[in-house]
This record gives sequence, structure tokens and C-alpha cells, in this order.
Amino acid sequence: MKAGRVVIPRRAFLRGLNLSIGGLAVGYCLPAAAQDATNEPGKPAGPKPTAASQATESKTPGLNPNVFVHVAPDGTVTIVCHRSEMGQGIRSSLPVLIADELGAQMARVKIQQADGDKVYGDQNTDGSNSIRGFYEDLRLMGATARTMLIAAAAKRWNVRPGECSAQDHVITHVPTRRTLGFGELALAAGKLKVPDPKSVVLRPRAELLHVGKALPLIDAPAYVTGQAVFGADVRLPGMLTAVIARPPVVGGKIARFDPKRALAVPGVRRVIEMPQPKPPYMFQPWGGLAVVADHTWAAMRGRAELDVEWEHGPNATYDSERYKEQLAQSVAQPGEVARKHGDPEAALKSAARIVEATYHVPHLPHIPMEPPVAVARMDGQRCEIWAPTQNPQAARTEVARALGTSEANVQVHVTFLGGAFGRKSKADFCSEAALLAREVGAPVRVQFTRADDVRHDYVNTVSTNRLTAGLDETGRIIAWRHRTAFPSIGSLFGLPVRPGLDDLQQGVLDLAFAVPNLSAEVCDATAHTRIGWLRSVYNIFQAFSVGSFVDELAQAKRVDVRDVWLELLGPPRQMSLSELGVAELKNYGQPLDKHPVDAGRLRNVLERVTRAAGWDQRAQQGRSLGLAAHRSFLSYTALVASVVKSATGKIAVDEVWVSFDAGTIINPDRVRAQLEGSIIFGMSLALFGGITMKQGAIEQDNYRGGARIVRIGEAPRRVHIDIVESDAAPGGVGEPGVPPVAPAIANAVFALTGQRARELPLIRG
Amino acid sequence: MSITLRVNGTEHHVDVDPEMPLLWVLRDVLNLTGTKYGCGEALCGACTVHVDGHVVRSCVMPIRRAEGTSVTTIEGLSPDGSHPLQKAWVEMGVPQCGFCQAGQIMTAAGLLKKFPRPTDEQIDQSLAGNLCRCGTYTRIRAAIKAMAGDKS
Repeated sequence: MKAGRVVIPRRAFLRGLNLSIGGLAVGYCLPAAAQDATNEPGKPAGPKPTAASQATESKTPGLNPNVFVHVAPDGTVTIVCHRSEMGQGIRSSLPVLIADELGAQMARVKIQQADGDKVYGDQNTDGSNSIRGFYEDLRLMGATARTMLIAAAAKRWNVRPGECSAQDHVITHVPTRRTLGFGELALAAGKLKVPDPKSVVLRPRAELLHVGKALPLIDAPAYVTGQAVFGADVRLPGMLTAVIARPPVVGGKIARFDPKRALAVPGVRRVIEMPQPKPPYMFQPWGGLAVVADHTWAAMRGRAELDVEWEHGPNATYDSERYKEQLAQSVAQPGEVARKHGDPEAALKSAARIVEATYHVPHLPHIPMEPPVAVARMDGQRCEIWAPTQNPQAARTEVARALGTSEANVQVHVTFLGGAFGRKSKADFCSEAALLAREVGAPVRVQFTRADDVRHDYVNTVSTNRLTAGLDETGRIIAWRHRTAFPSIGSLFGLPVRPGLDDLQQGVLDLAFAVPNLSAEVCDATAHTRIGWLRSVYNIFQAFSVGSFVDELAQAKRVDVRDVWLELLGPPRQMSLSELGVAELKNYGQPLDKHPVDAGRLRNVLERVTRAAGWDQRAQQGRSLGLAAHRSFLSYTALVASVVKSATGKIAVDEVWVSFDAGTIINPDRVRAQLEGSIIFGMSLALFGGITMKQGAIEQDNYRGGARIVRIGEAPRRVHIDIVESDAAPGGVGEPGVPPVAPAIANAVFALTGQRARELPLIRG
Repeated sequence: MSITLRVNGTEHHVDVDPEMPLLWVLRDVLNLTGTKYGCGEALCGACTVHVDGHVVRSCVMPIRRAEGTSVTTIEGLSPDGSHPLQKAWVEMGVPQCGFCQAGQIMTAAGLLKKFPRPTDEQIDQSLAGNLCRCGTYTRIRAAIKAMAGDKS
């Protein structure tokens, strides 16, 4: 795609694909739904839609692709990537699964980015879920296509399908070595009945030729030449640009305004009052005043000239420093018991020694390099959106809601995302663009400035944890109590204030400790701003608190912290719900038999990383190392950070070791890249991260202060990444590298300076 | 006010507010969207271009100051993505989301003109103003050094 040109809607291609090219197309559906589906040229490709997709289908017949794989008569294989590309390299990874099952040559595979549509199943690119959530389903898509190509070849040769293989873009009749290319078989295969998914056999792992190998980063050439089209780069004929003045305080509204001066700025066309959101805010637009102009600069200047006064509303008293004190009081009292094993209160009473500490982590920003942006075009009732969205289906729903129309009238095209980290799973900017496009009767791009991005973020929640351990006379840890207070993301949706199972699965209920008496309590915390998911979410502060506290226990016990970890984890084993002391564990949406809470895997990465880092020699080498480990998103990470004082006397991280067990790995180079990036991301929040709020408004406004991020000179010069080889079901990759970074650094800082940090950030601004 | 400048070898006359930053002229007037908006205050480096061979943050350079200059953007760094840095970036798998990479490469290209075999310190100093939220710094450094012939 050339920069500076209109992005051609993918549906133009896919409509042709479904309706005129013909060939073999296999759609996505739940296993039971596909049984009598046929694929005939000239018909929308077709599985019988699922209940969820049926509604969509009936409203938008033939307009949306409902296919993952297409084989054209010229042999071109088109694979749809239904997850958003935001830097994790998913477009270089997921299609490989399908291609390998199919037996396709990667050079003849085209990758097509999906629009938002329920026919693809879950598209919310969030929760480190793309591989772990689709590993088997997508293989099944490829395997189904392979089965049909083989069936067509077998029919032509009049042989048994079992005598045929698919590899290197051809079907081979093994006994006679006859071959037919995929393209030669595409039309015939397309006329066959789609086999029952239960009858489709996946290849043995060893037959997946590219999975687990070095894979090319398919979008790299576009990135390095400026040709990749991000949300901000979409250009439509007649497009106007809007910059919006949003209420600085959540729940605030316009008290009065005068558009005169803004309208006097050359290039400014309109000043438009945005609809006022009502609680719960969810992903609604923020209200305020939009300045719509011929181009970005005029819109920015127009907004600077706006004369507007705000009525700040009920959150105008929110002060994050004072709130910190409230949270500290909250965890000083018993909370609601969320997890209990043994009798921790009695054990704490009888303990020979109590160790206790309270940890605080402030609100944290997303600040992706590309500020939120979206382009909308209306055509009668129909609305098209181009946006860097992590969640195109939610964007579709929200835009339809904002416009008061049906989802069938809304189409969401996913561009490249210039970073996202959870911010772009919200659809507020998409709805803003849609509302404005309708109002002005022209395509509109809504552009957040960086200040808009920082001040109107769905910040990561703020938290305080109080950890208490009881030791017996021998120093053995016999009791563990974890009190946690943080406003839940549920508050965004108007759900009950207290964190629930979805929140506590992240480092509270799933903590794989073998302490005989253990509890977790949830204490009160009320939300006063919009909060949302940030890369690794609650795990950030749970891992910081637990990882720091384990280090404090090591100081108290005068033993090596690795040994305290191993004592806490106990013998290698998979934890039962009763040992965890919970009735239920969300477990990131996966059953425990497939993805157990495995103390052995956490032990393993701890042992590996300490070995790699020369942990036992650190005193002789004069190094200040810190250790932390954490299970999140079904993967296991242990990390050692080395901290030194820089020439200017500042704390600097000079070397990091990571051991990572995510089970089955598809694209090892991207896994490494994610871990390298997670270290930097974790360092930014550990060293500098801290959004502060005064009078209800966020104080930061750009990459400064609590919204500062690590620079290249602050990145560790040496990074060692160890990936555990495993056949276990794939776990998450994008997020699990982040949580252990902050505690490992804080512990290394303690080793260097003797100063214990119980609060982030470690350095201010 | 009409301003004349060369961009990637082509002469342009643009009639805009003289205070409009070069960035927005490139992106909104000339449709060269490879140069990115990230912060608007020269804090992040996503908008980096070369003006008469100098590394410049285009988001804070009013277009009036570009009168008569020759500007190179990522689209003009090489005709076909074959600049050694672009090749090294692809080879080493540097980009993650890719948004900051045009700015990183333009700054690195400026650095290599001055120091063909830069030290770590020179890399750190020169690229200090180019932020990457994905955290690709490790590979950026490795790619620059590999390209400059340092295989360590």
C-alpha cells in the first residue's frame, strides 16, 4: 500500500474472492456448525454461521469476509489475519500456522487483514491471546483446506486420500509420485462438502515445517520505508481533521463556550459540541468540543483558540496523593476473603515472627507512539471506519451505538497500530470520528494530540497491597496474607466496585505458593477516573508487591532470595483449586487441566535464570542483582536485573536475564522481541511511571514526568533471553515479560543501596 | 505565503500558514505519511527528517524556516528501501509496531554520516531523542553496529 493514498477497503478484494474468483474457501465456525456447509463458487464462502455470526451475516450479506483461508486457481493462498498487528508480529506468526497445516509455500501466501466481524470469533487483540487462543482453531482451518485439496486430488486419480500428502504447495500421490498443484485443485476442491471438523486430522508437530523456526517479519520492509499505513496515515478524498477539547475531569461537561476565535483560524470549518457521555462510561466518547478543519495544524490551532469553561463534576476532588493515604487505610483493615487455605489468622497469631510491608503502585499510562486516531466516512446510513483498533468488533458495536444504527451499517477496517498496549481496545476515538463525519457530511479524521492521549487515557488502576508473613522459630514461612486494594476495571462498566474473579486471577488467586496457611483479602477502593487494561494489567502491581516482599523475607530470614522463592513454591506440582484455596479460578479463560497452575514451571525458570545470571557468584563479582518471577497469561517468567550507579549517580539497569516458559512457541524471534520490549516497558513503569491527578485531572501532558519512558541510553546494554523448549499448550507472550521487571529492579536497587522501595516509580521524572 | 522547498528531490511550492510545522506540510499537504506525529514538542523523534543534511524534528520546525531547503524523508532515504540501515533493520527484525522506526532510521542515518563506526555512547547520545514504546532499543543498537561492520 502506498503512503499518502486512499486505503483500498479490503472488502473490494474479498468480495471478489467470495463471489467471482471461486476456488476453495474454508470459513471459521464452531465445530458443530459446519457439518453440511458447502463451498460453491459464486456463493459467499461458507460454513453455516454460528449463532453469533448469523445475525451479522443476515444484516451484511456478502460484504464481509467469513473466511480464513482461500486457495485461488493460480495457486495463490490467501490467509486472513483476524488479530490486530500492534508490534507483536502476529501477521508474521498466525498465518504460518494455517500455511503449515495446509502445506503451503510461504512465498505463495498472501496475508489479508480482517475487518471487524463476529464470523472470525474473538478479535479482541488483548490478553496475550492470539496464539494461545487460536493455536488449534487456526490449524484446523488450514487442515480442513488440506483435507479438501487431498480429497479432490484423490478423486481425480481415483486413489484413497490416505495415500496422498500435501507439502510444498502440491498434493502428492505417494505410491506413484504423481503430483497436482494446489491451484490445479482449487476449483474442484471448492465444490466438495466441507468435512466435519471432527474428521479433520491435524499434522503431528514435526510436520509443521515453519512453526518454531526463524520466520521472516513480513511487514518489516513496509515499516522501514514509511509505506506501512497506520491509522494516522489513512487519507480519503475530501477528508477533514478534527481535534477535540475534552473535559479535563471524568464526568465534567462544558459550562460555556464561544467558538468565535477558533472559527477565525484559517482552515477551521466548524466547532461542534460532542454528545455528553453518561455513566457508566465504558468506551463512550468523552464529550467536549470538536474543532474541524482542513488539516491537522489548523485544527490544533483552532482548539488552542477555543474559549471554553468546564463544569468539572463529581470527580473534581480526586487527588491521587490523598487517595494513596485512603488506600493505605483500606489495607490496614481486614477485607473480604477471596482465597483461603489453612488458618492464616491463627498462624499469624502463633508465629514467632511477623514480616509485613505495604506497597503502592500509581496509575500508569499507555502512551503508544501513535496517539489514538480514527477516520470515518458516512454514506447514507452506512459508516466505514479505518482505525488502529485492537478490537474491531467492539469498535463496530460502539460506533453503531453512538450513531444509533445497526452494526450491519458499520464496517471497521483495521490499519497497522502504532503501539496500543490496551489503549486501543477502547473505541472512543472511532465513535468520535463517526459522529463528526455524520455531522459535517465529509470524511473526518479525529487526531488525538499527545496531550490528549495522556490526559484522556484509560489509565492502569492505582493500588496498595499489604503483605504479611508469619515465620516459626526455625524461620519457616507458615502464614501468608495478601491484602489488596485497587479500583477494578469493572468500574468502567458500572459493575460492583470490588475486584472480582476476573481481576484477582492476575497474581492473587493464582499465586502458586505452598505456604500451609494462606489468604488473600480484597479491601475497598473506589474509582474516580476511567481505568482500563494496560499491558499485563493488575499483574504489574501484584508482581511488584509479591516480588519485593519475597526479597524482604529473604532479608528477614538472612537467606538467599532464590531459596525463599523455592520454599514458597514448594515441590514441583500442579496446584489444585483446594490447595490454591479458591472455589474457582478464571485462569485466563482456560481450563486448569490444559493450563495448570504449575509450581514446577515457575521453579524451573527461577533456577534457569539464576544459573544464567551467575547468581551464586554475584557477591564475588561485586554485582547488585535483583530477582523476581511471576506466572501470568498462562506463561512463566523469571528475571534477574543488574543495577549500577551511572556516572551521574543515578540508578541504571545495565544487564538483564530472562527465562521464559510459554509452552509451545510458534515464532521464537518475535517471542524474543516481545521479551526485549517487555523489559523496556517494565523499566519505564518501574523507573518513571506515575500518572498523578489533581482536582480530578491528569497532571502529565507529554513524554515527561510520570509519562516519561526509557531512552536508548537507559536500556540495558546486555539482554539475555532464554526460552524454555516445551510441548505444553501455548501460553501468552506479549504481556508476561512485564510483571517481574519492576520488582527485580527494586530488589537490585536494594542490593546496591540498602534502600527498600515500596512504591513506584523508583525515580521521578 | 508560498514557500518553496525540495522534498526527496522534487521541488514543491506550498501555500500555507508560515508557522505550520514542516511535519504537517509533509503529512497533510504533500501526503508523505512516512514521517510520523508522536508528540509535537520534539520529545519523541518520530517526526525526524533531514533538512539540508541535518537531522531535524519536523514537528517543531515552522515551514517558513524550510524555505529554499532540501528535505529528505524516509520515503526518500533510498529509492527502494535498500539503504544499508533499512536492510539491517529488516535483517535484524528491529521493528515491532514500526511507528517510530522511520524517525529512528533517519536519526541513525545522520549519525552514520558523522561517525561511520559509532560507539555505543555515540549511538546512545545521537538516538536519545528517539523514543520507542515497544522497546526495540536493543535491536536498534545491534542493527546500527552490524551495519557499521561491528559484528560483536
